[in-house]
Parts: sequence; C-alpha cells; structure tokens
Amino acid sequence: MRRRNRNKIRIIGINPRRFDRSQIKFYIYLLPVVFITALPIIFIFFNAFKPLDELLVYPPKFITTRPTLQNFRNLIATSANKAIPMSRYLFNSLISTLLVVAFTLAITVMAAYCMSKRKYRLKNALFGINEAALMFVPVAVAIPRYIIIYKMGLIDNFLVHVIPLLALPVGLYLVKQFIDDFPDSVVEAARIDGASDYYILRKVIIPNITPALATVAILAFQSSWNSLEASYYYINNEALKSFSFYMTTLTANSGNANGMVGQMTGNTVAGLGIQAAAALIMFIPNLILFVILQSRVMNTMSHSGMK
Amino acid sequence: MKDKRLIKRIKGFFDRHSVFFLQLPFLTLFTIFIIIPILVAIGLSFTDFNSIEKPNFVGMDNYVNVLINDAVFMEHALPNTIQFSIIVGVGGYILSFLLAWSLAQITRIPRTIMAVILYLPSMTSGVMLSTVWQVIFAGDKVGYLNSLLLKLDLIQKPIVWLSDSRYLLLIMIVVSLWSSMGVGFLAMLAGILNVNRELYEAAYIDGVKNRFQEIVYVTVPAIRPYMMFGAVMSIVSTFQNGSIGVMLSGANPTPGYAGQLLVTHAEEYAFVRYEMGYGAAISVLVLILVWVISQIAKKLFMDKD
Repeated sequence: MRRRNRNKIRIIGINPRRFDRSQIKFYIYLLPVVFITALPIIFIFFNAFKPLDELLVYPPKFITTRPTLQNFRNLIATSANKAIPMSRYLFNSLISTLLVVAFTLAITVMAAYCMSKRKYRLKNALFGINEAALMFVPVAVAIPRYIIIYKMGLIDNFLVHVIPLLALPVGLYLVKQFIDDFPDSVVEAARIDGASDYYILRKVIIPNITPALATVAILAFQSSWNSLEASYYYINNEALKSFSFYMTTLTANSGNANGMVGQMTGNTVAGLGIQAAAALIMFIPNLILFVILQSRVMNTMSHSGMK
Repeated sequence: MKDKRLIKRIKGFFDRHSVFFLQLPFLTLFTIFIIIPILVAIGLSFTDFNSIEKPNFVGMDNYVNVLINDAVFMEHALPNTIQFSIIVGVGGYILSFLLAWSLAQITRIPRTIMAVILYLPSMTSGVMLSTVWQVIFAGDKVGYLNSLLLKLDLIQKPIVWLSDSRYLLLIMIVVSLWSSMGVGFLAMLAGILNVNRELYEAAYIDGVKNRFQEIVYVTVPAIRPYMMFGAVMSIVSTFQNGSIGVMLSGANPTPGYAGQLLVTHAEEYAFVRYEMGYGAAISVLVLILVWVISQIAKKLFMDKD
C-alpha cells in the first residue's frame, strides 16, 4: 500500500526540473496551440519584409525568400510630402510613453507604500475602492472623460496623452501586494533610526521591489504606446497625435475622417506592405520590453492573488 | 540662519504629513479620471444631453428607452454582448487556466518561451490587432483564409469576411480569444508554480487518484486568490475589447449591427449621434454588468472556505 502511494507521488509533475517522457503529452497539444497563436504575428513579420510583387501574388506566399526594407522606406516616403512627417508621430509617442511610465511608477509606488506599510484611517477603504476599480472599464466612461478633459482645458494639449493614463489601479494593486510581503520589521527599524517616509521609500522599499516596478512599467508602457483615445478625441492638431493614430490612417478601411493616407495607400500593394511595416514598428518595443522583463513579471504575479 | 530654520520647518511639515503627500498625486488623478467620470456618467444618464444644448433632467427616460424602445440594443447589442462575453470571457478564462496548468507541467526553459509567445497577442491592442488580422481575413482571393479555402475547393469565390454580417461576430470572438492570454494568465501560471508540493503529496495520500482530481481538489483551491485576480482581469478585458468589431470592420455601426456590442452601441450614440445622455445610460448599464459579474466570480471563488 505504502509503495503504491509512493509511486503515485512521483507522477506529481508541477514545475519539473528536467525533461521526462511523461511530459510529451503536454507538448503534443501545447506546441500546436503556441504555433497557431504565433502565426498571425509571423505573417505580419514576413509581410513587412516582402518585396511588393510578392505581397499580392496568388496563391499567397507566407514566407518571403527575398527580404527587403522597401516597405519601411515607403512608410517613411508616404509621409515625406506631407506637413507632418512620420518621425513626428513617433517622437510624440516616445515622449508621451516615457512620461507615462516614469510618472506612473512614481505615483504608484508612493501610494502603494502608504497603503501597505502605514496605518491611518481610511486606508482599507481606499485600497478597497482601488480593488473595485480593477473592474473599471475606461471605454465605458468615454463621454464624461471627454467632458472633464474639455473643462480642464486639456484639449489640444500634449499632456492629454499622459495625465489621464497615470492612475493605474492594476499597478497600485500589484505593487501594494508586493510590498505587503516585505517585512514590516525592517521598515520599523528604519523609522526608529529616525528615517522619514521619503527616505524609507527611496532607500529601503524601492530597491527591494524592482520586479513589481518592472511589471508596472510594462503595463504603463502598453497602455500608453497602444493608446488611441487621446489622438482620436482630445487632439485636433495633427502635429501632436501619436504613432498608433498615424497607423490607423494607414489601414485601408479605417472609418475615420483622417483616412486621407488610407485612401492613398488603401488597397494598393504598397499600402499592404506599409501597414505591415508600421505594425511591426508598433509591436517590436512591446516584445523586447516583455522578453527582457518577463522573469520579473512572473515574480510579481506570484503575489497577485486577491484575498 | 533664519533660512535654515524655515527649511527645517517645511521639511518637518512634509515629514509629519507624509502619508497625505505621498498619496496625493495618485488619489487626485484617480478621483479625476476614474471616480468623477463614473459619477458624471450616472448623472448624465438621467438627462437628454446632446453636447450642444443645456442638459434637461429626464428621469428614467433613457433607461426605459434602452430597455423598451431600442431595437438595436435588444436585437443586436445585448445578445451579441452576451454571446461574446460568455465565449471570450468564460471560454478564454478556462482556456488560460488550462494552458497555464499545462505549461506548469513542463520544464522551465520551454515553458518560458511558450508563455511569452502566448502572452504576445494581448500586447497587440486596437489598431495593431486589426492590421495583423486583416492580412488573414482580407476580402479578396489573396487573403490567407480565402486562398486556403479556395485551394481546398470549399468556396467558389472569395468571401468579404470583415464586412459580412454573418461572420463578423465569429471573427471577433476568434481574435479576442487569441489575445486573451494576458495578465490574468500570467498570474494563474505564477500561482500554479507556487503551490506547495507537500499539498499534492498529502492529497495523494488522502486518496486523490488522477490529475483531474488533483486539479479540482488541490490546484484550484490552492490558487483561488490568483483565479480571482485572473477572473477580474478576464471580465474587464472582455468588455474593454468591445470596440474590436469597429476596429476590424472599420465602421461604427458595424455592418448589419453584426458586431455591435454594448460598448460600441454607447459609443455610436455618444460620438456619432451626439446623444450623450442616452449613451451614458448604456455605459452605466455596462459598468453595472461588469460589477455584477465580478461579484458572481467573487462568490464562486471566495465563499468556499
């Protein structure tokens, strides 16, 4: 009896150290799922490097044998004869994303530290409200957001790319959960030595929660880099719009009034290649950032449970 | 000398009220861009605001109209949303748990690579997403799906996938499922990897017989907090991605209202017809719906202790 139990214990396979034949069954279905998931991204990758004559050939070629940078050159060329070059949109996106990441990190850590390590009235209420705000769906309040931003005089102001994105409930939630597992005694010891909260935050907390910070940085990066809201609704000045918005003007059947480029590149062969090239430029920063920081993200996620 | 004392006093003031000052920026922005918009949406939903004239109070009229007179809401937006959120929300959630669990059964390096690939689509929001999928669903014979079906002789002439009201909702579901392995998926994976091994050993001694029982009696109860976080993330992203139909078809309203969801229905009224009061009423219904579903999820995961 005891022996049999022991045998069974050995099949427990969570987080195995090394490969075993019993794992093959998982690969049998995981590999196809992963492959299908990756397929659209592979397509767009190859489309971006396809020469024009291959883009509309029938039957379609999925993989190009003659990679070229022509599409990227065309992408730059479409905007060259216009008032606003593509680089301007890219510059806007880079600056606003940088600001969003920096400020989101700062305000999130400050608030999360208080909610985790300080005792004061309203603390639990505030965190409870934030936990409820995880369920908040921003697109549902597009109308009042517009009215508020209008009243604040932020229409056509570059900062409208940044300010509405800074309060990130998921970010606060994850960082607070992470700080919760940092020993109170260390913070108390620092306080007895006369350290102020600002000092504790800078010297004690922040160096110890870098995985959580990396995770918030990624979430903030994605929310800003992919954001269309500001360019669509709050900014009329072409020169202040973002790269993700510029991309929508390139897609063939985008329904917006600014689809001038769309009509130009529309269904032409060059248009397809340009869209793919632009999509790749949008996608690559997301990819690189996540690949570099993924182990920290996983570390943070192991604190993410809701109690 | 005086300056120094002044600086010291200012510093002391900031130190004493550090809890206030440290939280001030977050709470201010949180109030302005999350709390107030919700309150304003609720307020507007009782008016006939049209963005030009002064709003008049109309009581429950908007809600009554949504529920009784709005044919598009009852025939398209609501059933589409229910279908979409059950398949994408619930289905995507179960799928991400199963994939997370399966990934936990293999060694670290292949697991990491596969997890990264599965997570990638959730980073391609909005415009990138539609560009990626337009290559596959392009309406001419060069579109990947059309050319494949033509080659297999399953269709005679190419189908205009993204403008065809018969296929739009289906395509939206496929694309959303594809991009549903997001933060919640990572949380569940991390949770499963963190389950104490002794729990499994104890369970097998107590008579758990197979992997399925192991999931039901050990894994899921042990990672319940992560399941909850994953559920909330899944619900939110399902509703947040509501405009995917507009993105793919390039029109709001979507062709034949086939891809119209509650969120796009509200947007159509607010930003195409400028009936902001009415749009706000629909938005409030969306927020209530998300909250109710989250409470149900909470009941499912929390009350078993």
